[in-house]
Amino acid sequence: MNSVAFAAIAVLTLAGAVAAATLPKLMHAALSLVIAFVGLAAFFFLLGAEFVGLVLIFVYVGAVAVLIVFTILLTRRDVATDRGFNWSGVAVAIAVLAGLVWAISKTQSLAVAAPQIEPLTVKRIGELLMTSYVWPLQCVGVLLTAALIGALVLVMEEKQ
Amino acid sequence: MTDSFDQIFVRIKQWLLTPLASHAPAWLVQIASSLINIFALLGVFLTLFALVSVLERKILARIQNRYGPNRVGPFGLFQPIADGIKMLIKEDIVPARADNIVHFLAPILIAAAAILALGVIPYGRNMTPFTIDGGILFFFAVGSTTELAVFMAGWGSNNKFSMLGAMRAIAQMISYELPLIVTVLPVVMIVGALNPDTIVAAQGGYALGFVPRWFVFTPWGAVAFTLFFVSGLVESNRTPFDVPEGESEIVAGHMTEYSGFKYATFFMAEYIGMFAISGLGITVFLGGWHAPLSILEFIPSYAWFFAKLSILIFVYIWVRGTLPRTRVDQIMNFAWKFMLPMAFTCVIASAVWHYAGRGLRGWLWSFVVIATVYTALSIALDTRRKFASRTYRFAE
Repeated sequence: MNSVAFAAIAVLTLAGAVAAATLPKLMHAALSLVIAFVGLAAFFFLLGAEFVGLVLIFVYVGAVAVLIVFTILLTRRDVATDRGFNWSGVAVAIAVLAGLVWAISKTQSLAVAAPQIEPLTVKRIGELLMTSYVWPLQCVGVLLTAALIGALVLVMEEKQ
Repeated sequence: MTDSFDQIFVRIKQWLLTPLASHAPAWLVQIASSLINIFALLGVFLTLFALVSVLERKILARIQNRYGPNRVGPFGLFQPIADGIKMLIKEDIVPARADNIVHFLAPILIAAAAILALGVIPYGRNMTPFTIDGGILFFFAVGSTTELAVFMAGWGSNNKFSMLGAMRAIAQMISYELPLIVTVLPVVMIVGALNPDTIVAAQGGYALGFVPRWFVFTPWGAVAFTLFFVSGLVESNRTPFDVPEGESEIVAGHMTEYSGFKYATFFMAEYIGMFAISGLGITVFLGGWHAPLSILEFIPSYAWFFAKLSILIFVYIWVRGTLPRTRVDQIMNFAWKFMLPMAFTCVIASAVWHYAGRGLRGWLWSFVVIATVYTALSIALDTRRKFASRTYRFAE
């Protein structure tokens, strides 16, 4: 049953990604990207990593997708026109794919059987974040707060 | 006897699944079990939606000194059926320049998000439709897709009113999502779990023999619940925060270009979202399905949950009948300058409560923390005009 689910989700994710790359209207492409995000989150659910899947939906569908559509809306005057075919984008995509394939082929773990691990619960992630990884967590927090304040400073009205 | 009434729905489901379990493979039983949950959930909440839609009109009519719907059936109780038939046979008008696919998908997505959020709430003892380890996170993750659906409705309609209404709706939803999530954080911290069942279980029992251990009866819990309720009002676009809709300014906001059953779907999603937010509030702060007094525990757990839900919904309707609406800028200022700092104060106050021993001492200290911040905020944000000589500004 897992392999059936895997195939269904894979088809959905790839369809979303292909649509995002080829649809003529930019807004349709952005919305298709959301389908690909949801498919990726479904993969994490299938693997038992609920937390990662939920965070993916929370951050990418809830925030990043809204950010993307608003960016398109606020910066393009002609949202609906055909944007043509972008060869530099194809080059970047091929380069990323080549890099990923190279990295995957270099890893050793593909050959060995998956070890028995205890299920990744939210509690365990929380404990690890608060003990071993507390400094990286705090640094990311400070960085994000700085970004938030920076954005506010940028849009603040200048006092005459 | 008490136990059999309490578990009657769980028993019925087991009885339905028993013949299947002996013949069919495990995955089929799992799918059947999920389907039973889904149909039960839809049946209960769509009926509740129909009932609440007529009750809301009745209560609003009572508040405004008129009769309300009273033609269809006894006391107008069959009004939702008449409304449903009317909505179904209405012509579905799609604007010629609208984006057909996006326009069609928006109501489906918004309803799906609202219904999915209902799935993780414990409705009674052993009555959580879908137990997810990070249930609270699932609720908010699903809820955050609503913004995208509202955007799709606004953009797909290709109408200025729709787009402006969607912008307003998304702005207030994003702003209030932050206090909504941060107010749940103290409870997650104190319980140490994101699982709704664990959070409800942690609120069982009675302090001093009669005060239930619901989190709303602690200083930080009371404040957090109030903030949560106000954020819930905004998230479900209810009065006094219903600026995304306004007949005299932007028609029906992102729903302007929807008619017939698509409009009804938006309407339904709004109500289901209200039930879901109230259900989460009950789970997190109001003790879930626990009875308020130990002598009342013979009443089934699901009855308590739905009793609390109806009280909360009544308050929603009451607020709608009583308060005028706020302006857009007032909503935003309130979110970022008051709600968010108070929500973070609740997190700190709950930590103080925990480390001061969860007793009277913790109660007092967390109260002091909240009172200090509240006083400071109310002084700093005071915008009342001071008496001064009048100044005139002329157009140049």
